[in-house]
Amino acid sequence: MELTDSAIVTKARLGDADAFRVLVERHGRPLFRLAFRMTGNQQDAEDVVQESFLRAWRQLGRFDDRASFGTWLYRIATNCSLDVMRSRKRRSADAQVEDPVLSLPSGDPTPERVAMSGEVRERVAEAMDELSAAERTAFVLRHFEGMRIEEVGRALGCQPGAAKHSVFRAVRKLRRALEPVASGAR
Amino acid sequence: MNHLSEEQLILHYYDEEEDALAAERHLGECEACRALYGSLQRALNVVDSLPVPEPGAEYGEQVWRRIEHRLPARRGARWVWALPAPWRWAAAGAAFAALLVAAFLAGRFYPHPRQAAQLAAADPQAGERILLVAVGDYLERSQMVLIELANARSPGSLDISAEQERAVDLVSENRLYRQTAGHTGDAAVASVLDELERVLLDITHAPSRLSPGELDKLRQRLEAEGILFKIRVLGSNVRNQEEKGSEVAPRAAGQKL
Repeated sequence: MELTDSAIVTKARLGDADAFRVLVERHGRPLFRLAFRMTGNQQDAEDVVQESFLRAWRQLGRFDDRASFGTWLYRIATNCSLDVMRSRKRRSADAQVEDPVLSLPSGDPTPERVAMSGEVRERVAEAMDELSAAERTAFVLRHFEGMRIEEVGRALGCQPGAAKHSVFRAVRKLRRALEPVASGAR
Repeated sequence: MNHLSEEQLILHYYDEEEDALAAERHLGECEACRALYGSLQRALNVVDSLPVPEPGAEYGEQVWRRIEHRLPARRGARWVWALPAPWRWAAAGAAFAALLVAAFLAGRFYPHPRQAAQLAAADPQAGERILLVAVGDYLERSQMVLIELANARSPGSLDISAEQERAVDLVSENRLYRQTAGHTGDAAVASVLDELERVLLDITHAPSRLSPGELDKLRQRLEAEGILFKIRVLGSNVRNQEEKGSEVAPRAAGQKL
């Protein structure tokens, strides 16, 4: 029978690294997807995943057993992602931001589709970059991770009302920014 | 029913609207709201088109291999967590005393930072390597102080005077390394050292006994600024450069021969 996160955390807290390994293997992929949505960059996402697990290991003593380990881990990962995003903003004057999609395997689309999808991706990436850190985080957790707004609040350490307004602002901004692209894609 | 607000439509889209049936009914009857809702759906569909690389099934295992050797050992944690609380505190005290002795000995036997900076100034090539080693060591010691504070727990107020003393030493070293990094044009190192100095200064200026609330604020600040993460990233870069330097040095020596 598969052990619950909570049972594994108890073992890991006692210094059982193998137990912690199970948590890394269980949560690694979803955490990568979250980090990629947050940072928009594969290398940064990899760094965030590693750093999040290292922080989680160090802070296991502070984890409240009554909470969900996944939500707690997401909170750590969102903080790491925000660190990365802030430091990237500082670096952006010196270096061009890598297109996160360029390294993806191609599905052999037509040249027209490439041009169009490239432009759409660019617009989406730009629109996402226009969101504040709080808006982007709340939106990613609600839209891509499917968390209820209350859970988003818990993951961000804020009131559900504040999380809800961050989601509203994010969606409103995205709708306005992507309206022309979205109408064209109809 | 009045028109649905954009907020209500967003909640409806995410299936979090309290009265979903009424919203659905209104959308069926009201063209304006339907148009707005359609625009919202299309925009969010476009957002969904942004692809995400899908990590393979073995991704978790790969992450584990990368971090396994970097996990700070929870030495003795097994038996410490099994002890009753008062004994746990006694064990923590003993461990802390041992750490103080180790820090004292390390302080006596490490090369003086001023020496490293002077050597760096005298011979830029050899100096760069000496500086890398010194900065790497400095970052590790700073990290240790910050980690201890970040992980400190106490039911009452906590005496941080020992950490403050170490922070005072680290601040004076920091200035030297920061200036040298500034002279050698290493802006990334100088910037992280600058941030680190501000955090260390705040620690030295804090009261020597912190209430749980103050300690929590300090922890939150460390987390919010992500200084530990930055130190780790810089430390890892410095170590990589060190390794590259030690690979290049023997080859260069061989060429001369």
